[in-house]
Amino acid sequence: MSLKERIKECLEEDLLELTEFRGDLCVEVPKNRVLEVMSKLKKEAGFDFLSDVFGVDNLDLYAAKAKKAKKKTGEEEEEEPKKKEPPPPRFEVMYLLLSLSTNERLQVKVRVPEDDMDVPSVTGIWRSATWPEREAFDMFGFRFKGHPNLRRLLMWDEFEDHPLRKDYPLEGKGEERHLNYDTV
Amino acid sequence: MAREIETVCITTGPAEVGDYVTLNIGPIHPAMHGTLRVITKTDGETIISAEPEIGYLHRGVEKLGENLTYKQFLPLTDRLNYCSAICNNVAYELAVEKALGIEVPEKAQLIRTIMMELARIADHEVLVGILGVDLGALTPFFYLIIQREEIYEIFEWHHGARLTNSMGTIGGVEADLPDRFHQKWPKMRDTIRKANDETDRLLTHNRIWMDRTIGVNAFCADDALNWGFTGPMLRACGVKRDLRKDEPYLMYDQFDFEVPTGKHGDVFDRYMIRMLEMEESIKIIDQAYAMYQKLPEDAPLMKKVPKIIKPPEGQIYHAIESPNGELGFFIKSDGTDKPYRIKIRPPCYMVYQAFGELVQGEMISDLIACLSSINVIAGELDR
Amino acid sequence: MNFQAIQGEGWLLTKAEQLINWGRSRSPWPFPYGTACCGIELMCALASGYDMARFGAERVAFTPRQCDVLIEAGTITKKMVPVLKRIYAQMAEPKWVIAVGACACTGGVFRTYSTQQGIGSVIPVDIYIPGCPPRPEGILYALLKLIDKIEADHPLYKQRQKVVEALEAGK
Repeated sequence: MSLKERIKECLEEDLLELTEFRGDLCVEVPKNRVLEVMSKLKKEAGFDFLSDVFGVDNLDLYAAKAKKAKKKTGEEEEEEPKKKEPPPPRFEVMYLLLSLSTNERLQVKVRVPEDDMDVPSVTGIWRSATWPEREAFDMFGFRFKGHPNLRRLLMWDEFEDHPLRKDYPLEGKGEERHLNYDTV
Repeated sequence: MAREIETVCITTGPAEVGDYVTLNIGPIHPAMHGTLRVITKTDGETIISAEPEIGYLHRGVEKLGENLTYKQFLPLTDRLNYCSAICNNVAYELAVEKALGIEVPEKAQLIRTIMMELARIADHEVLVGILGVDLGALTPFFYLIIQREEIYEIFEWHHGARLTNSMGTIGGVEADLPDRFHQKWPKMRDTIRKANDETDRLLTHNRIWMDRTIGVNAFCADDALNWGFTGPMLRACGVKRDLRKDEPYLMYDQFDFEVPTGKHGDVFDRYMIRMLEMEESIKIIDQAYAMYQKLPEDAPLMKKVPKIIKPPEGQIYHAIESPNGELGFFIKSDGTDKPYRIKIRPPCYMVYQAFGELVQGEMISDLIACLSSINVIAGELDR
Repeated sequence: MNFQAIQGEGWLLTKAEQLINWGRSRSPWPFPYGTACCGIELMCALASGYDMARFGAERVAFTPRQCDVLIEAGTITKKMVPVLKRIYAQMAEPKWVIAVGACACTGGVFRTYSTQQGIGSVIPVDIYIPGCPPRPEGILYALLKLIDKIEADHPLYKQRQKVVEALEAGK
């Protein structure tokens, strides 16, 4: 049985989307079912190793797509502006899983809207998610529910923005770090 | 995967009475390798808890990658793990080539293999040397650093840089092996072996060395897998896992080499695995060089790739076995000439997050030994 | 000491300056502040093969209190800036700083939100070495240049100015 079929059988209705690109499988699962899906994948499908957890910001991707779509429709004819659909969730959290027995890899994608940044933490299943989740909080602002120690990891504690978001400028906003030695 | 696990778990509870002293080590401390910082809570000399703090070398490489083209990002990969820059270059090149769906010519693959294994030897030599320095044995460092200079000489002949190599490009390598390599390698193989042998005689059965390393922060295999260990750290725990064997890339499935494993996951096992891996690397280079010599001289070095690299829309992850463990690149492409998102999966990041658990219950001097044996490279740790 | 001898360009003063300069330039003990890639090249420069000890940098001081030259090799991030300031403040006078590599000089390729664009804006720097990373020869050359600089220095001059000013104010 191929990996695709096994994943389909294992996840059943939790599987929202399954894509394949250059042999890399990527499955999308609903946000509130992350913990159940992960423990199912670990126990039933044999994905017992978590390689990495990180975030992706899709802001620019959607903007580019909207621009393209506008260009296309604009060339054909001037149409009445369609009723606006609710925008797709801005962020994604990616989990990279690995099966040590069969050496298969799987990417699990969870879409996270901007107004609800809570994501269940998988640190209870794999402890290797501890720092990657902290980094994702630092860089994107996801709030991992159930994480033992959700603090900034790479930037200093007083830093306010989330640098890897697409609307944060590359050269920063001129933040400086000052230490108050008397209080530390 | 054959698991030969002999579980040795050291369990230590916190001391029952007594005031703990908070001791800050780093970020600038001779034994903290530049930019690492550990905040420890100690009872006398025993560590009750230790919490590493990182980010002192966070340079924004991933954000920078989103603003550069695929070829422009290549030199930045040198600055991740600067002890073995070539492995990072090749890992990135392989990831982009996977996204493009191309495979480079055989000769380029062999040259990459030879250079990568040389880089692996250089990396392990630095690790063993520094581990010795941190434990008070300065002499092996001087023996090994000379061999490292010789390896740097080969890198310099081939692509013109000692440390930050930027070897090859997407689609192959630019230059053939230099002529001088053919005379140098047979001699160098012997001198590397000799230096390793001298180090081995100085350290391995040295009473002080054994006392300082055997049984120091032993770790069991299940915990190691749960924490996401890879590479020599995982193999020291007794798990036979090497991406060169398990998920072969380049032409590693055609070479005959062993994967050394330890039993207890202590500092001594990590040191021994690195010493043995250097020997395996020499074997791989010999085989790759023999295969290289059979190829015709005008065999192609480059695959034809477009001048502006635009992988189709999609996302890929590709990992290789770097000297420290699984080094992966996740690339999300949106069809333009710049990657939409680059995520680097550094090997020592996953190991270092378990540092508090590794050193709990040990002495402060063993913390230094543990840190050196992990081989934490701040560049790839913080990116 | 006689007031006349301090005020004029006397024999005693110049000879004393030469003696002090001789002592300082022959033993510039470095503090290896290696943070990134350049730190590895600094290590090569200190180790066998290049052997920086030939030029007097014999004892690598691992504490800022016992060193003369701060060799800052590698990127300084904004998170690190307060630490660097503090390390510099901990060093005893006289002190010199060598900035090794493009990152320490200007920020180099890392023109990003978290990188300090050159340490020159944080602490005074005597010698800048370009290169990413510079070769060990470059680091040795910088050390020789620093020795030249130390030898051309007037360590007692400032001291004398202070004494003269104090005496004039007292009149």
